[in-house]
Amino acid sequence: MRIFPFLLSAICTAGLVYLFDIQLPVGSTKTPRLGYFLSPQQGFWQNAEPSDISYNGNIKLQGLSGKVNVYIDDRLVPHIYAEQDNDAYYVQGFLHAKFRLWQMEFQTIAAGGRLSEILGADRKPNDSVFLKVDRFFKRIGMVYGAEQTQQYVEQNNPEMKLAIESYAKGVNAYIKSLKPEEIPFEYKLLDYKPEEWSTLKTYLFQMYMAYDLTGRGATTDLQMTNAKNYFGYDEFDKLFSNIKDSLDPIIPKGTAYKSPKNSPKQPNNVDIAYLNTNKGDTSTASAPIVPHKENGSNNWAVAGSKTKSGRPILCNDPHLGLNLPSLWFEVQITTPTHSTYGASFPGSPAVIIGFNDSIAWGVTNAGRDVLDYYDMKFKDTSMQEYWYNGEWIKATTRKETIKIKGQPDLVENIAMTVFGPVMYDKTFKNNSTAGKNLAVRWTGLDGGSGLLAFYMLNRAHNYDDYLKAIANWKSTGQNFVFASKTGDIAIKQQAQFVARWKRQGDFIMPGTDSAYAWQGLIPIDENPMIKNPTRGFVSSANQEATDPSYPYYLGAATNFPLYRGVIINRKLTGMSNITPLDMQRMQMDNYNVFAEMARPVLLKYINDSLLSSEQIKYVDILRKWDLNSDVYSKGATVFNAIWDSVEVALWADDFAKSSLPMGWPDESTLLESLLRNGDYPFADDISTPDKKETVQDAVIQGVKKATKYLISLESRGLLEWAKFKDTKVSHLLKIDALSSLHLPIGGGKHIINATTDTHGPSWRMIVHLTDDIEAYGVYPGGQNGNPGSKYYDSFVNHWATGKYYRILFLKKEQAETHAQIKWKMTFTNA
Amino acid sequence: MKFFVSIIITAFLGYVIGLFTSFPWWSFAVTSFVVALGIEQSSTKSFFSGFLGIFILWIVLAYLQDSANAHLLSTKVANILPLNGSFTALIAITGLIGGLVGGFAALTASFTRKPMRRHY
Repeated sequence: MRIFPFLLSAICTAGLVYLFDIQLPVGSTKTPRLGYFLSPQQGFWQNAEPSDISYNGNIKLQGLSGKVNVYIDDRLVPHIYAEQDNDAYYVQGFLHAKFRLWQMEFQTIAAGGRLSEILGADRKPNDSVFLKVDRFFKRIGMVYGAEQTQQYVEQNNPEMKLAIESYAKGVNAYIKSLKPEEIPFEYKLLDYKPEEWSTLKTYLFQMYMAYDLTGRGATTDLQMTNAKNYFGYDEFDKLFSNIKDSLDPIIPKGTAYKSPKNSPKQPNNVDIAYLNTNKGDTSTASAPIVPHKENGSNNWAVAGSKTKSGRPILCNDPHLGLNLPSLWFEVQITTPTHSTYGASFPGSPAVIIGFNDSIAWGVTNAGRDVLDYYDMKFKDTSMQEYWYNGEWIKATTRKETIKIKGQPDLVENIAMTVFGPVMYDKTFKNNSTAGKNLAVRWTGLDGGSGLLAFYMLNRAHNYDDYLKAIANWKSTGQNFVFASKTGDIAIKQQAQFVARWKRQGDFIMPGTDSAYAWQGLIPIDENPMIKNPTRGFVSSANQEATDPSYPYYLGAATNFPLYRGVIINRKLTGMSNITPLDMQRMQMDNYNVFAEMARPVLLKYINDSLLSSEQIKYVDILRKWDLNSDVYSKGATVFNAIWDSVEVALWADDFAKSSLPMGWPDESTLLESLLRNGDYPFADDISTPDKKETVQDAVIQGVKKATKYLISLESRGLLEWAKFKDTKVSHLLKIDALSSLHLPIGGGKHIINATTDTHGPSWRMIVHLTDDIEAYGVYPGGQNGNPGSKYYDSFVNHWATGKYYRILFLKKEQAETHAQIKWKMTFTNA
Repeated sequence: MKFFVSIIITAFLGYVIGLFTSFPWWSFAVTSFVVALGIEQSSTKSFFSGFLGIFILWIVLAYLQDSANAHLLSTKVANILPLNGSFTALIAITGLIGGLVGGFAALTASFTRKPMRRHY
């Protein structure tokens, strides 16, 4: 034995094993454990799915009560045929996990404030994005809200409870069946393992959606408070005006509303204690994750009177963040009680947007304000008592523990008040919350019946069933559109909405006085709704639901995009003999109605004699633009650049002196003001006290500035709209190599095809309610979440180029022999 | 001859132990060590038979999975790591990492013996 070389060599071997067995730091990130990750028998190579893979299988699982057959079509959509409803959800859970396990777990980990536990804090723990998100979600009450809903459902909705439990069993059956080398790619990349699925996770996922759809207020309320305090209420109200002359509401103008059962009273001291608080008393910055403003969507249904076939057609395209793996997973669920097809959420049972053999439904976000802040006054820093209606009230404390990979736990002690959790306090603040304790009041934290509305829609046969189903929808306001084979169409804005007095909750409210608390809810039968209108269609696109004659305050204008509603209603009014193909073209329509209204305003002020030839060249492109933001359109890019520069010219001076985030007024607010009144009070550049600038000065300044930018864009070959916009569908971890980049798609903000750079139609669906339902759908992703599968992003190009798949909605006998069915799985009890 | 036999046995046992996927990924280091213990060769030859056994095994396995997958995932991973999207480089690095560990394990085993007399 040669001791020395032996030891040296042994140390080298151990050293290599060690080196390849840890995550090595590279820049700000870490490598995977290279030995493990590259091991062909354990690592990522195992996720490289053979192109000719077969998904056939006879699978025996514990806990099924009957037999389940699954036919999988050539797009990898499973068609589930079960003898029992709960078996169907069991298998849906199994299949979601089979194709989307990493994603569905990751989304609930994010919602539950556990990113640091999986990913670790970055090197600078105080500045860790993950930790910020975790603390934010823990403190706004994501876990608390999930628990409240779970509790409510388990006590009140036994069927829903059972469905969620069966689903969880299916997910866990799949996780248990996984061999170590079979865990999804991302686990290997980030070095962790799947954990057991719990029913709470389905509720956490709902909180994730609730935050995405209603959580903007968590940021805008603070920014609006900053702006209101900075400008003073009167100036603020001009700058952020709620008046919208161009509004074409969901419920046609002029509809009469009955007198309200609930009339909220404005507090007596609203002027001094709320609206006109001191100038300069400004408030917090924004949340670490701000839900996208255009989280919205289009939906509409046309009656048989407007279609070629005489049968209704229903369309829906929910606009959300564009991600891989997609938020959606297509599925057909057929049991003796119902047969339903549509887009489901990996993480939840049943279909969320879809149709069955009698009806179709879709949703858009209502945008109503369901989240408010209250400024609390605590007796001392222990935060055990707070001042409310003239006495000290005891607060309770909720403990939330954040685990951090490789570091000690962080415990959040959150004071709970009559309004809700105290989100911002001395331990959780940013540059301008110092000294403030802000409690959050959010319907997302009130126990609701969760998915029950969708569970019942899956089974609905007619209009009455639809109304009964959606009555259960409480937390995030949605516009439920409906159409039936029998010819009914309808739309209803549904949730538990707060009966507000004007401007209630647009800003932080005083937390010491119950006069500012919510004064009850709007009765469900007073929520805006319409059935079979004479105009032959119903629609929604996140605009205000009603004209100002509706007896309740809907919320600040910033919550409601204006223009998609205008163009959708204009187009539908003008159409007749509609076919599904017309509807496909309409969902992909790139006409910019905002530009149609804004361009004349700009051109009115543009005088060529004030411009150079280069500037005139771009103005000419704007003049000749056909107002379509198509892939190759240069006019769209020029218009956007000039409009943005004009905004800067008008407002930058007004906002310059505040170091606090305020958010600028919306484009629509500016345009509406300019259309109303050429003498826009904010046109004057307050940094030049000796001169009074006009709107024209701002427009000319805007054109000049935009020209410089446009020249630089053109030299880089980015003047065409799609190139400039650069739409991508990003992997949830924001890794470019796993994303679809540089997609050739037009559209954008204010446009029916609402595709921006990272956001847009996340599922396009068209359902023609003929005897055998004729349906089309597409989403920017693929059914398999594995980046090593050819079904990972297989729909993306179809989606980008405006093509649709004809949906297979099959009876079991048809599925057995259909040419497009490629695989069969059978599930039986073990 | 011994050299080739040793490579083949190293690869074979490395593959077999690798089938037990709940064992650590580096379990082949133990089998490579055992092979070099059993088959007497010079330290250099031991190293290279250990290295080549695992290098070849990992390259072949990776190559087979990669071709069946039409380089879909390997190209993505080779952009993450970053290897400029070259699946060939990724397969080579895979082989190298396995090979190095296998080689050093075998080398360690060879040092348990006295140096062999060289046969010219």
